Amino acid sequence: MSNNPSTLFDKVWDAHVVRKIEDGPDVFFIDRHFIHEVTSPVAFLGLESRGIDVMFPDCTFATADHNTPTINQHLPVADPLSANQLQALERNSAKYGISHWGLGDPKNGIVHVVGPENGITLPGMTIVCGDSHTSTHGAFGAIAFGIGTSEVEMVLSSQCIMQPKPKKMRINVNGKLGKAVTPKDVTLYIIAKLTTAGATGYFVEYAGDVFENMSMEGRMTVCNMSIEMGARGGMIAPDDTTFNYINGREKAPKGAAWDKALAYWKTLKTDVGAGFDKEYNFDAADIEPMITYGTNPGMGMGISKHIPKATDLAGGVATYEKSLKYMGFEEDQLMIGKKVDYVFIGSCTNGRIEDFRAFASIVKGRKKADHITAWIVPGSHIVEAQIKEEGILDILTEAGFELRQPGCSACLAMNDDKIPAGKYAVSTSNRNFEGRQGPGSRTLLASPFVAAAAAVTGVVTDPRELL
Amino acid sequence: MAYDKFTILTSTAVPLPIENVDTDQIIPARFLKATERKNFGDNLFRDWRYNNDDTPKKDFVLNNPIYSGKILVGGTNFGSGSSREHAAWALYDYGFRCVVSSFFADIFKGNAINIGILPVQVSDAFLDQIFKAIEADPATSITIDLEAQTIKLNATGATESFDINGYKKHNLINGFDDIDYLQAMKAEIKAFATTHSI
Repeated sequence: MSNNPSTLFDKVWDAHVVRKIEDGPDVFFIDRHFIHEVTSPVAFLGLESRGIDVMFPDCTFATADHNTPTINQHLPVADPLSANQLQALERNSAKYGISHWGLGDPKNGIVHVVGPENGITLPGMTIVCGDSHTSTHGAFGAIAFGIGTSEVEMVLSSQCIMQPKPKKMRINVNGKLGKAVTPKDVTLYIIAKLTTAGATGYFVEYAGDVFENMSMEGRMTVCNMSIEMGARGGMIAPDDTTFNYINGREKAPKGAAWDKALAYWKTLKTDVGAGFDKEYNFDAADIEPMITYGTNPGMGMGISKHIPKATDLAGGVATYEKSLKYMGFEEDQLMIGKKVDYVFIGSCTNGRIEDFRAFASIVKGRKKADHITAWIVPGSHIVEAQIKEEGILDILTEAGFELRQPGCSACLAMNDDKIPAGKYAVSTSNRNFEGRQGPGSRTLLASPFVAAAAAVTGVVTDPRELL
Repeated sequence: MAYDKFTILTSTAVPLPIENVDTDQIIPARFLKATERKNFGDNLFRDWRYNNDDTPKKDFVLNNPIYSGKILVGGTNFGSGSSREHAAWALYDYGFRCVVSSFFADIFKGNAINIGILPVQVSDAFLDQIFKAIEADPATSITIDLEAQTIKLNATGATESFDINGYKKHNLINGFDDIDYLQAMKAEIKAFATTHSI
């Protein structure tokens, strides 16, 4: 069978099937399991009520991120419910012998930032977490996806989940990206083309020279957003960029183990002639800096464009009108010049060092607009340290910005970082759903460049004019 | 988490003809702070259901007493977004045992089945027929027969069949869950782990 061409996805999936159930899912083995404070406590309660143990505690890694404050992390957490969840994570991790990077730990940060930066995420692995943006780790050529709490309990107790094999989609983007067009714009463009449900039922492979030329940070941004078009996950074949990123990281293989792993990782690519159930091709030259105008990530457009008219839609007019009403926008409106109240840079989508470099490149020598409240939130303490070491903090401070401490923050507004009702936020995060960033908040998803341009001008601004 | 067996459900239904209902709407993140699975139904569709001062929004369907039942009928692409199983818990805790839509997001669909809510995917045309029937008569009765894999509008007899894999169907009918299955094959998993190198 070795002559049969197969896809990267098939190679990794098939190597992890413990048992195939007829007319049912595969029993699917999980190499790495990340847990956080919000979606794990009920799973641990389940173990207790059944009287069962964690099967392989060394394969699960805990970090606190969703519910943590982003200022004064040295103080006790004020919200008793949040504090209770954080304590439950610490207690459960200690009880079962699971590695735990809690609040204040130098390794603490957003789960999808700390996994890769510490070498836990590796090519060819299967990786799950009770968080839909687990798709981030696909940037390394891993099969990575979000699961529910029942499945968290399955992984804890048996290192497996029951998963039907998704269909396969390949998205090719080739050509040269234009000025100020970032990985975030590439993914928002793809999602706008496919819609928020366009890849449901599929697992995506991203291919083409745009992704080959992308940094690991950029690839993580793209794979992170795969869920926003409905895909369970997205992956990119590992290459020298991947191997160079991993080499030397704390938990990455070393010495002979590295050589062995590298030889295997180099086989992880889609063979010529391998088939996909669906394939899309896009031209990099067609992509401009993107911004969303609606209440799902598929409602995005080039920043210089007008909001589409309802009459241009294939259907769903009532839902579309509900969305624009929520946002306070009208059909055919131009987004450029629209007043912004808040700017948020951070999250598992754009909370890595490259994102803060991009943000700083625009704010350098400029000042924060007076009426803008800006929340600048690194994805981890390691990113925070890089921001300081590289002099980015000095640029931010000079321009009137403050740096907060790591966590998910205003991406989902579980902590105090909530955008007030009716206010507009340009956010580098991943979701613009109604109320996502706080009840009544209005989110415009965009890249770190677009966020920076809004932060210094106070309105939606084309970043190409400032670079 | 054990759940009630699902065989045949006959009930009125609550219509929610909105597309892309995401899990942040089903239960907003600020209500995910519990460490036990309790009372999530109170905050089901919180921001569509209540004003900021916690008074009910009169125009939201859950606040309209003429609509009730164990079946929620939603617009296409129901359950997109976050993987929070809390969304399924909130629906279950509120009293729903079945969600009908013409398309479901993957993670939500899996979470629902895992806790004993049956997602029934119907054609766009049949979904439209259901919405129209409920609009004409809020007391419209619907029967979902899991064994036969059919959904029927009882007044007219209009019926459509739906898909579910045999394994999950067997689980729902018998009230079994995946953890029972996996616990029974731990020796096989351990053997796999020994030979599996990454």
